[in-house]
Amino acid sequence: MQPGGRPGAEAIRLKGWFRAHRYLILRRLSQVSILALFLAGPWFGVWIVKGNLASSLTLEVLPLSDPLLLLQVFATGHVPESAALIGGVIVLVFYLIVGGRVYCGWVCPVNPVTDAAEWLRGALNIKAGAHFSNQTRNWLLGATLVVAAVSGSLAWELVNPVSMVYRGLVFGMGLAWGLLAAVFLLDLFVGRRVWCGHLCPVGAFYGLVGEAALLRVGAVRRERCDDCLDCFAVCPEHQVIRPALKGADKGLGPVILSGHCTNCGRCIDVCGRDVFAFTTRFSNNNRQAVSGDNHT
Amino acid sequence: MPGSEKGSRGFDPARRRLLTGTLRTAVGVGLVAMTLGVYQRQARALPATALRPPGASVDEALFQGACIRCGLCVRDCPYDTLKLAQLGDEVALGTPFFEARDIPCEMCDDIPCVKACPTGALDPALTEIDQARMGLAVVVDQEACIAFQGLRCEVCFNVCPVRGKAITLNRQHNPRSGKHALFLPVVHSRDCTGCGKCETACILEEAAIKVFPIALAKGMLGQHYRLGWEQKAQAGEALVTPDLPHQYNLPEGMRYEHGGRGLIFGEPAMPPSLPPPAAPGLPDSPFPSNPLETLNSKGGL
Repeated sequence: MQPGGRPGAEAIRLKGWFRAHRYLILRRLSQVSILALFLAGPWFGVWIVKGNLASSLTLEVLPLSDPLLLLQVFATGHVPESAALIGGVIVLVFYLIVGGRVYCGWVCPVNPVTDAAEWLRGALNIKAGAHFSNQTRNWLLGATLVVAAVSGSLAWELVNPVSMVYRGLVFGMGLAWGLLAAVFLLDLFVGRRVWCGHLCPVGAFYGLVGEAALLRVGAVRRERCDDCLDCFAVCPEHQVIRPALKGADKGLGPVILSGHCTNCGRCIDVCGRDVFAFTTRFSNNNRQAVSGDNHT
Repeated sequence: MPGSEKGSRGFDPARRRLLTGTLRTAVGVGLVAMTLGVYQRQARALPATALRPPGASVDEALFQGACIRCGLCVRDCPYDTLKLAQLGDEVALGTPFFEARDIPCEMCDDIPCVKACPTGALDPALTEIDQARMGLAVVVDQEACIAFQGLRCEVCFNVCPVRGKAITLNRQHNPRSGKHALFLPVVHSRDCTGCGKCETACILEEAAIKVFPIALAKGMLGQHYRLGWEQKAQAGEALVTPDLPHQYNLPEGMRYEHGGRGLIFGEPAMPPSLPPPAAPGLPDSPFPSNPLETLNSKGGL
């Protein structure tokens, strides 16, 4: 990054504006079109998808259900009907293929909000921030299941901003705007990426799914890296980049294997030297063998 | 341990940081979880006007554990009866409910809301809508209900989808006019589905008949309680010492027929249709003629 320049400036100069924003545009398109599918029914009477992200029915045949919600239902002691179970398995398999936290980057309605907070944080040059361990989300994930088991009801769903916003958009917001504003302010003033990167149990769950997922971002041409740090600046989970980008000396492969990579592809956009590209988890082994020759 | 500075009292600062960090997170999350637990307990209190869709468990906690708040029941309700609770509503966030005075349940034969439910929070075993128990109608205000004023209304009786069973009209003498009848609505929990049509239709400014969640509307006899006549019918005979036939001790020439003609003058004291007075050898009356005997008897009064 040039001193004082915004991340991605070099990429725009070298690749052009469109190619330097390709995945960002695709991601926003994905978020908007999924929401549009859900809203087409209640707003225009075109019923392609019914329900919300908790559980939906597409074209009257395809059930989709949130696996984390089903896990909580199981924790309460209720065994869901087969429609929900089939829907949950389909969703789980989908994210095992495309990457667990693809949900966070490409589907979740809170993402544009926290992205906006992050952008404003940069624009206003807000540096200060409380520190949360990024393990907090895993603790919270555990807590939601424990509370469900102890209380016998889906307590987390009373306050979950992720499901609340989508349900709100499709069925009526009530005071949910307030909670969304709270998440925005949290990410703006309390700390960088506090909600999505540190607290959200939904993200934590999809992070665990992502540990085993197939589609990956890899620093496939990492030898070209000129240490401009643009990728670190834009990455919502920047701790996931280092092992892949700088791990050649330690015998680590170039593929980002952390479950917390959201596959947002923003690093691919902002890299002027095309270091990053989408690949699969299996392409890591070959590279590892090559780059790991001098070690062990 | 290489690379770690030991504190002056033998503490390992890195280990310490890790422990305090973990503890901090654990305590924070624990507090959040506890607050959530308390909040969800309050969220279990269903307001009196909120009714759950057909097939929902009467136990609110069970329902809230099974419902994933997807709104598919709301979408498949053809009458827009159901809605999802929004943040700020008294009903647990995102769960489906309806308010009877607003839009009642039309009791569709195919029960589309139950069919739409992916988790079984609306019990798929419910296939007869007449078996649904969404709530229970209660005539809450007899002072306001015009039937109790002796006026003919019977709207609740007539709109009831389980007509003549869930609500019946109890005919009574009208003491105000002395010559008319009161037709009083009486709800029977055996047949009332809690659809709420009576509450919607009630002609008053504020309905005198309201549908409440079962837990609010229904009383329950103590488990130990036995009704003598039911036990007697079950066993085929009285399980305790049979009562002596009642003696009215009326003046000469009169007698009393309970549940029949009442006080009767100038007929034989004991017509053959009445059972003979008790067993032979027992006194005519169970009460001694001398009051002192009662006072002095064992156990006294």
